[in-house]
Amino acid sequence: MADVIEVGAARGDAPPPAANAVRRSASAGRTRRATPYLFLAPYLVLFGVFGLLPIVLGVWLSVHQWDFQLPNRPFVGLDNYKQLFSSDSAVYGDWWQSVRATAIFTVLSVPLLVVVPLGLALLLNRSFPGRTFFRAIYFAPYVLGVAVIGLLWRFLLDANLGLVNRLLGVVGLPSDTPWVTNMPWAWISLVGVTVWWTSGFNAVIYLAGLQDISPELYEAARMDGANAWQRFRNVTLPGLRPVLLFVITTTVLASANMFGQSFLITQGTPGTETRTVVWFIVEEGLRNNNAGRAAAMSIVFALLLAVVSIANFRLFRYKED
Amino acid sequence: MTTPTPTTDGSTPGLRRVGLYATLVALALIFLVPLLWMVITSLKTYTAAQQIPPSWLPNPLAGYGYEQILNNSANPVLRWFLNSMLAATLHSALVLVTASMAAYSLARLKFRGRGVTFALIVGTLFIPPTSLIIPNFLIVDQLNWIDTLAVVVVPGAASAFGVFFLRQFFLSLPNELEEAATLDGANQWQIFYKVVLPLSRPALATLAVLSFLTNWNDFLWPIFVLFSPEKLTLPPGLGLLQGSYVTDYPVIMAGAVLASLPVLILFVLAQRHIIQGVSRSGLKG
Repeated sequence: MADVIEVGAARGDAPPPAANAVRRSASAGRTRRATPYLFLAPYLVLFGVFGLLPIVLGVWLSVHQWDFQLPNRPFVGLDNYKQLFSSDSAVYGDWWQSVRATAIFTVLSVPLLVVVPLGLALLLNRSFPGRTFFRAIYFAPYVLGVAVIGLLWRFLLDANLGLVNRLLGVVGLPSDTPWVTNMPWAWISLVGVTVWWTSGFNAVIYLAGLQDISPELYEAARMDGANAWQRFRNVTLPGLRPVLLFVITTTVLASANMFGQSFLITQGTPGTETRTVVWFIVEEGLRNNNAGRAAAMSIVFALLLAVVSIANFRLFRYKED
Repeated sequence: MTTPTPTTDGSTPGLRRVGLYATLVALALIFLVPLLWMVITSLKTYTAAQQIPPSWLPNPLAGYGYEQILNNSANPVLRWFLNSMLAATLHSALVLVTASMAAYSLARLKFRGRGVTFALIVGTLFIPPTSLIIPNFLIVDQLNWIDTLAVVVVPGAASAFGVFFLRQFFLSLPNELEEAATLDGANQWQIFYKVVLPLSRPALATLAVLSFLTNWNDFLWPIFVLFSPEKLTLPPGLGLLQGSYVTDYPVIMAGAVLASLPVLILFVLAQRHIIQGVSRSGLKG
């Protein structure tokens, strides 16, 4: 309240009331009605052109055969969609392989990206000297971009010169693992790097959630003789449920949109087995000039993700009852 | 001070503390060693980096990697650095101005269509941005923005995140603020500029830093919309560097260090804002 009064009093530059009262009331009505829209306008221009228009344009593109280099872009109805689902089309094999790669990566990475950060958060969720310091270190890789992470790990995982194989050799394990070029190592590498890179991010979100759980609940559980596991199971997990739902949903989306790691670290190898959906879409649309078909893939992909997200939500809502 | 009273799992508090720190340090090494290795390798000579087993210290300490990237006309890394700096700064400024104005309108002003507008903006948070890349490419192509600075500055500012994030913050400010300022004769613009914005500095700083980071690190979009070597930002540039130097790791790592330094410095300086921004984004769920 003190602030409010100060704000009023500090405005010594206010015009003398009588002189301006008439002018202000004459224009006030008009200005006031337009003001909210004027404030919105700059953002709405951006949002309209790069947020809404692409949605409409994407649908429109997906029903045309659109090549950037050809003048004719005929309407083809649902052909672009049909090709994705009919096994005799040229694109069918590559498309579903990319869907498979994305599904494998998502299924392998999400459980780790949900559990490992939770462990980190529980470790950091107590008071000890240096807590902020360690939190910062665990979070640090996340502020680096995928280009840096990709180059760095391509080097670290190099079968001959990489630090990973060298260190494994030192402790007497096989030191010639082809981390980025062979299966199943390629998936292990991509998942491992992603866990290393983004765990700190989810950990920070969990930490905020943990700090919202009332200490009295833990106290009460302790009074009832609950051990550490029981307190985790009956106090921590239920208290974290909304945060957990958020983490799982956003992590599934992030993993399903993976691109840079496989583009830079495994470079799609072996063969094109680690080429993800996002990669295939941009390659098809922007390298092979099939913008129409790529737009259809984008829409199918977005719908698939929506279904997965809704399923997530349902699952967790259901458990809550 | 620590009288060794047995705890529930039988160990003493002192021992538990040692165990805690041992775990914390071991984990810290996992996160840090790769980053240290990047710096160490960037200071080696080509021959030293090819050695098996590799040495933990760059011996001889060499500026080779950095010399290569700083005097290289095919890979103008310094130019990419400046492009990235300019793009991320302008992007961050654009987000701050447009998102704060829109968020103010949506949070503090009453007008017809407010609910619908907000729903529309928030609705796009559920559409994966990657699925809009193809049509967005077509749009920037029509605007003749391909291979220009604008293409990496402007489109990303349409993201709903900033508006959503600042609106939440503006909603938490007390109503009395406007009332007092209005009584005093301030118009909406003055209230926004002189009252609401100064009170929102922490939220604005968080958004500025997060937008800068996102733009600085963006890879997928610039590799398809920037082509000329002198127009690239660092992330697509690093890809090019890897293509031309293949296993010349001191050079590649020097590039990676150059791309990491600004964001790591920013992280050290603005750690509180970054962590708060991230944790707050989770609490909306």
